[in-house]
Amino acid sequence: MRFKKELDFVHLSKFFYIFSIALTVAGLVFLATFGLNYSVDFKAGSNVDVSLSKSITLAQLQPALDEAGIGHDPTITIGDKRVNIRYDEELDDTQSETLKAAITKIDDKASFEVNTVDTEMAKELARNAIYSVLLSSIGIIIYVSIRFEWRFALASIVALLHDAFMVVAIFSIFRLEVDLTFIVAVLTIIGYSINDTIVIFDRIRENLRFGKQKSYEDLKSLVNKSVSQTLMRSLYTAFTVFIAAFFLLIMGGESIKMFSLAMVIGLLFGAYSSIFIASPLWLLLKKRQKTPVKSNPAKA
Amino acid sequence: MKRMLSFIITVVVLTGVMGLTTPGLLDKVRLGLDLKGGFEILYHAEPMDTGGTLTRASLQKTAESLEKRANALGTSEPEVTTEGTDRIRLKIAGVTDEAEVRKKMKEPAVLTFRSAADGDAAGVFSKIELVGSDFVEGAAEVQRDNLNRPEISISIKDKAKFAEITERLLGKQLAIYLDETLLSDPPYVRAVLTDGKASISGGYTLDEAREIADTINLGALPLKLTEKYSQSVGATLGKQSLDQTVRAGIVGSLIILIFMMFMYRLPGVLASFALILHTWLLILVFVIADFTLTLPGIAAFILGIGMAVDANIITNERIREEMRSGKSILSSVKAGNKTSFRTVMDANVTTIIVAAVMFAFGTGAVKGFALILIVEIVLSIVTNLYFAHWMLTVLVKAGALKKPKQFGVKESDISAL
Repeated sequence: MRFKKELDFVHLSKFFYIFSIALTVAGLVFLATFGLNYSVDFKAGSNVDVSLSKSITLAQLQPALDEAGIGHDPTITIGDKRVNIRYDEELDDTQSETLKAAITKIDDKASFEVNTVDTEMAKELARNAIYSVLLSSIGIIIYVSIRFEWRFALASIVALLHDAFMVVAIFSIFRLEVDLTFIVAVLTIIGYSINDTIVIFDRIRENLRFGKQKSYEDLKSLVNKSVSQTLMRSLYTAFTVFIAAFFLLIMGGESIKMFSLAMVIGLLFGAYSSIFIASPLWLLLKKRQKTPVKSNPAKA
Repeated sequence: MKRMLSFIITVVVLTGVMGLTTPGLLDKVRLGLDLKGGFEILYHAEPMDTGGTLTRASLQKTAESLEKRANALGTSEPEVTTEGTDRIRLKIAGVTDEAEVRKKMKEPAVLTFRSAADGDAAGVFSKIELVGSDFVEGAAEVQRDNLNRPEISISIKDKAKFAEITERLLGKQLAIYLDETLLSDPPYVRAVLTDGKASISGGYTLDEAREIADTINLGALPLKLTEKYSQSVGATLGKQSLDQTVRAGIVGSLIILIFMMFMYRLPGVLASFALILHTWLLILVFVIADFTLTLPGIAAFILGIGMAVDANIITNERIREEMRSGKSILSSVKAGNKTSFRTVMDANVTTIIVAAVMFAFGTGAVKGFALILIVEIVLSIVTNLYFAHWMLTVLVKAGALKKPKQFGVKESDISAL
């Protein structure tokens, strides 16, 4: 299977720009109004994950929680043979032991995962995550500028920030929980997204060597040609990585669910942005460079 | 034929080695707490008294002391590491009484001098004569006695008190305890000591003496520990996560391999072999470097397989493209290998940059994830780039790959030159 006919990706990208911008705006609105649904990793408190041998109802669980008598009302999410209890305050040793004992009374096969984080630590984690994103971006700009040119670097950075932001936006819109593994996922998406973009840019760079591109039309068809030449590879790769992440999502451990989900979303955006955002953006930047040449043919 | 032979030998030997060693290797992979159950605490350390100082050495000593305590509690393989300038991370697997361990860990090391009370059996010292706060902070030091043997000297704040004790215990033993552990053979009090300095001599080597002095100083200047972060995972839950995630990984990887073989035929089979080799090498590195496999680690592992496939896809797509343009198979493979090499390197270097940043800024699980990603990319370059290219070239040169069909290219797609 391959495309014999060259699609006009540059032209198509105009519609996708609108789509991306709309999603970005929606994401910003949601972020500004609702923020992110932070897990215990990012705000102080305790998270208790219980795996049970049978499913229980809130009514069954309530007495256990009352018995433990810990602070304010926790947020309780009940799943199939799983219960998640989230406290806004940090449980100390005694409290978590009391809680465990109370739940073990309902189900003696219960297995627990208790995470407790204090405020200062939570802030530090969030700060480090932001630094990581910024620093990675700078590293990539430098590398791509050396290996390619600054226009490629700029376009790829826009694409990768777009991918990272899309994942954040979707997590904000759907109120999905943001934990430490989410940060890892976003950073990995950045790494993968740039990987994907570089492959296409590599091809553009290679094609640039053959013949002179005199006009914008030449450049445009060069971008279209490069994208379609690498299209099958982009689709296959996106598919294989997607398969890996997808199975992690549906079959993997509970605690990496959000990680896998973020990866799946990010991978799709990564493949999409390399084709419809990064490459046309490079063309846009390149076009500006060409303008003075056109207006002053004597120099050409 | 010689080429073909070396190819066959390489493949057979590698397959044999992988098949034989894999079960053993898998058993040796060290599992993280999230996969086998246990708990992890990150402590923030600060001096007991305000105004005291926190030194690298005191942090190190506190960590060592925590480790000793964990060992004393009979836990399996406690892991204690210092982080930054004021943090200690403690990981203990398979604990039954978590609350007890936590309590023990936080108590400051208590140094006491004790004597035998009335009714104590021989070797038992239950009367506490001096406690940690009676000693001058950090005053324990190693000296040499008249015979040039190392001994430990400790200064006591209240000279009169110490004089009284030594007078009372003249000729008897004065035992030194750190927490509930007897530090050394209890020395006999040989004279009334009025200068407020106690010496412990007991035929120590210089290193032993230093260690005891350090321990005493730690006892006299314990660090206050507060829990910053804690995670405790039940053993059942850990096992469950491991099983689920590994199963997900196997299914995902199988689909990827089938896809490769279906898509690229014989080169796809070679690529699959390179991918399996890549995975095996990664496990080998895990065991040799003694990495701990955590849940995010497995995720990185599986994701890495997905990304490693990229190198093979780029190469094979490129080769097909060259073929369609009408080049001979050998020159298509050569050109495909060459151009894809550059592309794959550029793409992987950028991912390494991100991983390196994660490693530098991350803690705990993030660091582990980043490290695995870096190792994986490096291994992927070796196996999915160099080794896969080599296999393909050998087969083409040996004449085993002659038809475009074997690459999944239709004859009708090939344009005349």
